[in-house]
This record gives sequence, structure tokens and C-alpha cells, in this order.
Amino acid sequence: MKLAFQLAYKNLIGAGLRTWLNVIVLSFSFVMIIFFNGMMDGWNEQAKQDTIAWEYGNGHLLHEKYDPFDPFSLQDGHDKIPPNSEALTPILIRQASIYPNGRMLGVSLKGIEANQTILELPTQVLEESKANIPVIIGKRMAETSKLKKGEEVLLRWRDKNGTFDAAKITIVDIFDNNVGTVDNGQVWVAIDKLWEMTGLDNQATMFIANENYKHKGTQGWVFKSQKELLRSIEEIVASKKIGTFIFYGLLLVIALLAIFDTQVLSIFRRQKEIGTYIALGMTRSQVVGLFTIEGSVYSFFAMIVGCIYGIPLFIYMTKKGIAIPQASQDMGVSIAERIFPVYGIQLILGTILLVVIAATIVSFLPSRKISKMDPVAALKGKLQ
Amino acid sequence: MRLEPIISLENVTKKYPVGDGEFTALKNINLNFNKGEFTGLVGPSGSGKTTLLNIVGSLDSPTTGRATVLGKSIASLSHKEAALLRNKHIGFIFQVFNLLPVYTVFENVEFALLLQKRSKEERKKAVKEALEWVGLTALANKKPHKLSGGEGQRVAIARALVKRPEILLADEPTANLDAENAHIILKMMKQLNEELGTTFVFSTHDEKVMGYLERIIHLRDGAVELDEKIANPKYLLS
Repeated sequence: MKLAFQLAYKNLIGAGLRTWLNVIVLSFSFVMIIFFNGMMDGWNEQAKQDTIAWEYGNGHLLHEKYDPFDPFSLQDGHDKIPPNSEALTPILIRQASIYPNGRMLGVSLKGIEANQTILELPTQVLEESKANIPVIIGKRMAETSKLKKGEEVLLRWRDKNGTFDAAKITIVDIFDNNVGTVDNGQVWVAIDKLWEMTGLDNQATMFIANENYKHKGTQGWVFKSQKELLRSIEEIVASKKIGTFIFYGLLLVIALLAIFDTQVLSIFRRQKEIGTYIALGMTRSQVVGLFTIEGSVYSFFAMIVGCIYGIPLFIYMTKKGIAIPQASQDMGVSIAERIFPVYGIQLILGTILLVVIAATIVSFLPSRKISKMDPVAALKGKLQ
Repeated sequence: MRLEPIISLENVTKKYPVGDGEFTALKNINLNFNKGEFTGLVGPSGSGKTTLLNIVGSLDSPTTGRATVLGKSIASLSHKEAALLRNKHIGFIFQVFNLLPVYTVFENVEFALLLQKRSKEERKKAVKEALEWVGLTALANKKPHKLSGGEGQRVAIARALVKRPEILLADEPTANLDAENAHIILKMMKQLNEELGTTFVFSTHDEKVMGYLERIIHLRDGAVELDEKIANPKYLLS
């Protein structure tokens, strides 16, 4: 094996430009696979962290009739806050409408404790404001409704009896965030104010659990752990990974085709050399092994070349991040304006393994021909 | 003293398929080669010289008959056993040298020893000695494409001899050399034959080579036409 590696190394170095062209193409695949996967992992990580910070906390305790994907469930999906709920931050959700600039806009009116700290929402301004009904909205909502900080807008909602009521609310803050699901079409108000507005005193639709919460089962409420809630993000990122896999998979296929082609040509052009190896005492399987390992050595060279330009690129990307256009930020999953790729050891080792194995296989396939070669014809270079 | 036969061919016939029929390259060959012989297979192109060398070198096997080399029947050897026989006991010298282009002179000569898994020190010593035999110590780090024809063939000889094989098979070794280089090479091979006791079998139709041979086997159309012992080879006398 050691001999085969030594010979393969010498043969590839001796082959000059042909080797380096293949190596450069393969190294490009290496770098692209790691780059794209690192970006997806970075996005996944950022999406999880942001969503935990802005929406999930340590899990959700939902009223059994409340379905986050069904707005009609809001009507009955609420109940009195159960006892022993110190580790939970209640949220009451109601449907409402606002009328910015004479237009009607359906919104989710969400009541949350103004002094909560579990989520990043700047709710303390609700407590500090002197306005009659102070509310906060996210930057996406502000853009959709054309509302600005300090502006007033008419809000219409139903109380506990289904009777419509209306009042002016004041936008006391517009928060910047990466989590569209706490922003789009949502108006945040202090929960005690919402209780007062709706008559649903001391009621909640759901709770955000903090790190001290231990779920023991509460009648009428369903707990969804942070892990369960994050699964959807992981699934979305995984599905997007498949898309990028097609891209870098094509790149890898091109690189592997180049190796395959080189090997086929090499076996044809190096017949006399193969015959000489056999005449000098190498077994056919040793020669097959030698040519196969030559293909693997391409991937090792590619790894080294890839490191030369890839490592500085990855370090730069990790520090500076990758700017994401505004248009990409409503993809159904939290996406930051700038993603910081994550290049884990697992990703790097996995990519190395993938490329080395793939290069070895595509080198082995044409090399098998050697095992059927007549050494006499090979020495004469007469094989077709 | 009775010489020990190390190559024995009994009724060896070799046929190749050609189109719908077959071509008979060797017809019923019966020959023995003794240890230390300096023998040539002589004949025109297509007479079966190279085929015979290939069978003796275990690169090919007879269609019928029995070829025995160092007590081993060629036809019954597996690929691995044949490779081992070539690796340990048989050296080849080719008409076009067949040097490995990406290796230096030193590495080309060292190659056979690498296959034998000899230690680095052992390899270094043996290669140095082989290059001294052929007078190429100064060119040890040169690549084959930098060598002249004569130098290239000397490297091939060093590569074949470095492992001290019992049998050395040379297929038209002087065909690509000028007269001066051919004589240098042949004298060197004769000297090595005497010093190391290696059995040389040449395939040639070069008059210069014939002038060094102690036994000439004339082949024609795949059959032995004449097997003659040369008591006083022409060039060895000079």
C-alpha cells in the first residue's frame, strides 16, 4: 500500500499540468461543498438561535384548542392561567384589524407581559409609555402598514362577548429582528391591557417556557419542547440543503468525470508502462491498485490546494458573514441580513471522506480493465 | 561438469487467434537453457523469438506443451505466482528500454527492489552498485528523457540486473542503438554474465549481438531451424 502511494504520488507529480488541472477542478468542488454546507449550517444555527430568542424560548405550552396554523382556533383557544406557572410567560392572542391610512389590515393582537425577559421583544417600552394603548410592531409589519414609531392608528377588536370595540393605539417602538413569525401581521401589547380591552381577565392562549420550566402535564394545555419546535426549522434548512446539494453535486460530478476521463486516457496511453510494471514483477491487482490510488491521491492534492485558498476564504466569511438580500428574508424561516457560516469538523471531515471515496471509485472503475490486460499486448502498446 | 538446465521447453506450441482462424507463432519447440548460458534466438521478424521470450518470462503461456522455468511450469502459475517469479528471478530488457518516464535513473533501477520490499539501505547500496556496473553513477538523478539511447539501455540493464536474477531476457536490446553503443552494451552484458553467472537469452537479428553469443538458436516460422554452439564468439576474441 505504501509503495502504491509512493508510486502514485510520483506518477501524478510527473504527469504535470494534467494532474494540476484535475486537482484544481476537484479542489473547487471541495471548497464549494464546504462553503455551501457551512453557509447552510450557519443559517440553521442562526435561525435556531434567533427563533429561540424571539419566539420559542424553552418551549411552548399551548391551549389544547389552539392551533398556531389555524386562526379560527383563536376564538376558543384560551383559558385561565393555571396555578404554579411562575416559569411561564403568558401570551393572549386575539384577532383584530388596524386601519392605517384608511386601509384595513387584519392583525394578530398579542398580549405579553411588559416586564418579560424570556423573549428579545422590547416589551419594557410598553410599561414605560404614557400612551393609552401602547403597542410595538416589527420592522416588516411597519413596512407593510407604513406605520412609523410614535404614530397612532385605529384598532378594532372583539371583546369576550364578541362585541366589536375600537380605539387608537400608539406605535411606541418598531423592533428590528430576523424572525418573521413574531413580526408579520402582528401587534404586541401589554397583556394586562389586552385583558382589560377584551375582558378575558387572567387568560392566555399560550405560554413561553423559561429555562426553569419542568413540564409535568397541565390539564387542557399541550407542551411543545424547544426541540420539537426547532424541528420545523431543521426540516426547512434540510430541504434547502438538497437544493444546494444538486449544485455542488454537479460540480463534484464534473470533477469526478475529469478524473474518470484522465484515468481512461491514462490507461490507454500508459499501456507500455502497465506492461513494464507487470514484467518487472507487479501483480495485475497491484497495478489496478496503483491506478486507483492515483485517483485517490488527486483528492488528497485537491484537499491541500483547496486548503490554500479555502481556509483564508472560510476565515474571512466566518468573520465578515454573507449579506443576504432583503428579498430573501421572508422565506418562512428566520433569516438574518448577514449569515455567518459555520465550518464544523464534522462537515470538513465528511466532505473529505465523500470526495476521497468518490475519486477512488471513479478511478477504480476504468482501472479494472488492467486486470484483464494481456501484458504482452500492453508492452507492445497494441491494446485498443 | 554437467550444466544444470534452468529453462526447459518441451513440445511448446503457441497459437494466437487471428480473425476466424489462428496463427501458429511457435511449433513444437524443444529446448533447454543451462545456467550461465549466453544464448541468442535469431531469426527474421515473425519467426517466434519474442513469443518464446514471453513464455520463458511467464508473460505468456504455451497453447500446448510444457515450459518449465526454475522448476516451475509456466502454464500452471497463477498471475500472482508468475509475478513473483518475474519479480524474484527474471529480468527483462526491452528494445525500447521501457523506462518509467516520471522516475529518475536511480528510481527506475530501484523499482524492482521496491517490489521486493527491500530496506532503504539495501536498495541504495544495490542501486549504486548496479549503476556503477553500467557506468551511470553520474546520471542517477536524470530523468529518462534526458538520456541518450545508449544510456537509456544501460539503465534498463541496471534495472534488470539490480535484483540479481537467475535469468535475463533481452528482446532486441541493440535495435535502437548505434554500433558503438551496441558494442558497449553487449560487452557489459557479457561481463555481467561472467561475473554474476546470470543466464542471458537474447532475441535478435542483429549481427553485432550474434558476434557475442555462445549459442545461437535459429528460428524460422516458429520452429527451431538450427541450434548451434559457438566455440569462439567473433567479438569476444577481439
